Amino acid sequence: MNPFSYERPETVPDAVRLAAASARARYLGGGTNLVDLMRETVERPDALVDVTGLSQGIEARGDGGLVIGAGVRNTAVAADRAVRTRFPVLSRAILAGASGQIRNMATVGGNIMQRTRCTYFYDDAARCNKRAPGAGCDAVDGFNRIHAVLGASPACVATHPSDMCVALAALDAVVHLDGPVGRRSIPLTDLHRLPGDRPDIETELAPGELITAVELPPLAFAARSTYRKVRDRASYAFALVSVGAAIDVQDGMVRDVRLALGGVAHKPWRAWKAEAALRGGPATEASFRHAAETELADAAPLSHNAFKIDLAVRTVTAVLSELTGAAA
Amino acid sequence: MRFTINGRDVEAEFDLRTSLLDLLREHLHLTGSKKGCNQGACGACTVLVDGERINSCLALAVQYQGRSILTVEGLSAGGELHPLQRAFVEHDGFQCGYCTPGQLCSAIGMAGEVDRGIPSVLTADLSRETVVLDYDELRERMSGNLCRCGAYNGIVAAITETFGAEATR
Repeated sequence: MNPFSYERPETVPDAVRLAAASARARYLGGGTNLVDLMRETVERPDALVDVTGLSQGIEARGDGGLVIGAGVRNTAVAADRAVRTRFPVLSRAILAGASGQIRNMATVGGNIMQRTRCTYFYDDAARCNKRAPGAGCDAVDGFNRIHAVLGASPACVATHPSDMCVALAALDAVVHLDGPVGRRSIPLTDLHRLPGDRPDIETELAPGELITAVELPPLAFAARSTYRKVRDRASYAFALVSVGAAIDVQDGMVRDVRLALGGVAHKPWRAWKAEAALRGGPATEASFRHAAETELADAAPLSHNAFKIDLAVRTVTAVLSELTGAAA
Repeated sequence: MRFTINGRDVEAEFDLRTSLLDLLREHLHLTGSKKGCNQGACGACTVLVDGERINSCLALAVQYQGRSILTVEGLSAGGELHPLQRAFVEHDGFQCGYCTPGQLCSAIGMAGEVDRGIPSVLTADLSRETVVLDYDELRERMSGNLCRCGAYNGIVAAITETFGAEATR
C-alpha cells in the first residue's frame, strides 16, 4: 500500500477543501472497497479524507419522500422504518448485498462509488483498460461469465457490483453533490457512465466532488416493491442478475412501473424500454416476459455469459409476477 | 492514538496504513483475531466495535480512534467462558479453530442485530418490529463467516442454543 495522509474533517466544506489539495486525494467511507484496492495498489491515493462522520441521518419527508445522508451505514438504511415501509426494494437490495459485517461498515456514498469486481481489474498481471487506460482488456476474450451483456464496449465489459444502486436507479433517486464549484444534484441513473473508450472514468463526478445525500422522491406504489438477486451461492456473493421493481396495477392493467437490473452492465441498468412496453398494458405474465425481452433485445453476450440474457428475462418476469400475483 | 480494547484504554503509534487487524495482532499482540483472506471474504478477522461486528482487515485502524473494540480475548469474564464459547465446545463448533474467534464475535454482533429488529434478506415481512432467529435466518446472517473445515452444523447448533429462537437471553 502506498503512503497517504489522513484527515477527518468535521464539515463538508472542510472535506471538499482538504480533498482539493491533491489531485490524488480520495474520500474515505467505510473503506470496504477502497482499502482493499489500495492494498492491491489498484488505487494509490496520496491523501484520504475520512467523510464517515459527515452527512448523517435519514429524513422522512411529509410528502412521502426520503433524504438519506451519504454517511449513513448500509445496515442503518436497510433497517430504517421509513425505508422499509415506503421503499422496501431499497431495504431488500441492501440486505441482499455483502455480509452483515460489511453492511455495518459501508456507507451510502461508498456503496455508490464502489468499483467493479471484475477479476481482471484486480489482477495486475492482466491487461485492464479501467486500471491502466489503453492497456487492453483480458476479460473480453477471457473468462467472462460474470461480465456485462448490456452497454459494454470493446474496451471494457465489467459490471457495476452494487445492489443498492439498482434499487436507487429504479426509484428515480437523485444524488446530491458538493464540491469545489458548489452544490448540484444529478439523477442516479445519470451518475454512472457506460464504459465507451474510457472505462477508467466511471462517474460524472467532477474532481473533488463529494456525495452528500441521496434523495428518493415520493412514489406511493413503491410500498409494493421488491428486489431479487440471482447468484452462485445462496448468500454473500455478487449478482449474476438482479432485479429491482415496483409496479402499480389497477383493474388488471399496469398504471405505472419502475424496473432496474443489476449484474448486467457497467452501471445500474434502468429498464426504460421494458417500462414503456408495460405501461398501459395488461398485468400478465406474457406481457411481463415480452417487456423483459424488449429490454434485452440489444444484449450482446460474450463467450461465457449468454445465460445472463435468459436469466434476466426470467427474473424480471418472475419478480413482476410475484408483485402483481399474476398467474405463473 | 487511543483506543479502548477489551475494556482497557490503549495508546498506540503506528503507520497510517495499518489495518485494525494488524494493530490488534502485530502491535498489541492480541492474536486471537485471525487473518484469513485479508480482503473481507472470510470473516476470520471479525471484531466488535461499540457492539457492532466489522471486518477488522478492511478497517484502517486510524478510523477507529476512540472507539471501544471487543475481540475474542475479551469475551470471557472472571475466568468463565462466554456462554457462546461453552456452546461451541459442547457442539463441536470447530475443527481447526482458525475461523472460531471471528465466528464468535460475529454471532454476538448478529444477536445484537436481531435484538434491535434489523431485518435480513430472508425476512418476509419488513414491517414487523421483531425478528425470529430461526435456522434459515441464522445461516443467512452468518454468511460472512466461512469455515473451511465445514463445522457449520456445530456452529449453527451452538449459536442456536445461545441466541436462537428457543434460547432465553
